[in-house]
Amino acid sequence: MKFIRKTTLSSEIPTASMPDIIFMLLIFFMVTTVLREFSGLPIEIPKAKRIEKLKSKRHTSHIWVSKEGLISIEDRLFNIENVRNIIYDKRVADPQIVISLKADESARMGLISGIHNELRKADALKLNYSTKTSLD
Amino acid sequence: MADIAFLLLIFFLVTTTIDIDKGLGLVLPAEGETIEIKKKNILNCLINSSGMVLLGGEPVNLKDVSRIVKEKLRENNKLIISVKTHEKTHYKDYVAIIDQLKIANATRISIADTD
Repeated sequence: MKFIRKTTLSSEIPTASMPDIIFMLLIFFMVTTVLREFSGLPIEIPKAKRIEKLKSKRHTSHIWVSKEGLISIEDRLFNIENVRNIIYDKRVADPQIVISLKADESARMGLISGIHNELRKADALKLNYSTKTSLD
Repeated sequence: MADIAFLLLIFFLVTTTIDIDKGLGLVLPAEGETIEIKKKNILNCLINSSGMVLLGGEPVNLKDVSRIVKEKLRENNKLIISVKTHEKTHYKDYVAIIDQLKIANATRISIADTD
């Protein structure tokens, strides 16, 4: 019995569908891209293990607290007394709002506690301490 | 055509930041809401300015907090952990304690004002 050898093996990757794939990737990245709205303050956020994801970006508002004790909301610096007003306005505009507190790990609790009280007065009770994932 | 698509693709690849915000969630009590709690249902957790922890009157290691709280919760599931910090306590130490309490599945956490 004789074996018939197939010699004509094509070694090319079909490229006809390549533009489709590229377009699909393009559309994926276009849809998922969120250009950063605010740059915030330079901070080093603390690490934690039991973390949860924030549900949606739309209902999240950030407060940055630097280690020097500066408070920034939407790239404007605020005194602690004024936090209440701006957060209250946000709370009225969006009752589901979650405040994400991006505070430096060396920030002092005196200030954080002050922010807690301001948030309570503004009736924005859902708070999230922004943290990094700790590996150990 | 394909070149333009490639260029756009690379642009979006570079600018995309898939950073989902992560953190420790907490719900603050509403303003003016004070409830009397029995003394036996409160576990005080104090953090001083150098990050040392006093849990129920005894100094403990930060890493042991979740274990101890878990044991205490098993004994008394109505336990409320009251976290109190010094004015100059680092935020990092406070977050570490909240994290430990979350690991211990403590849901009733109260945050007292700083001194």
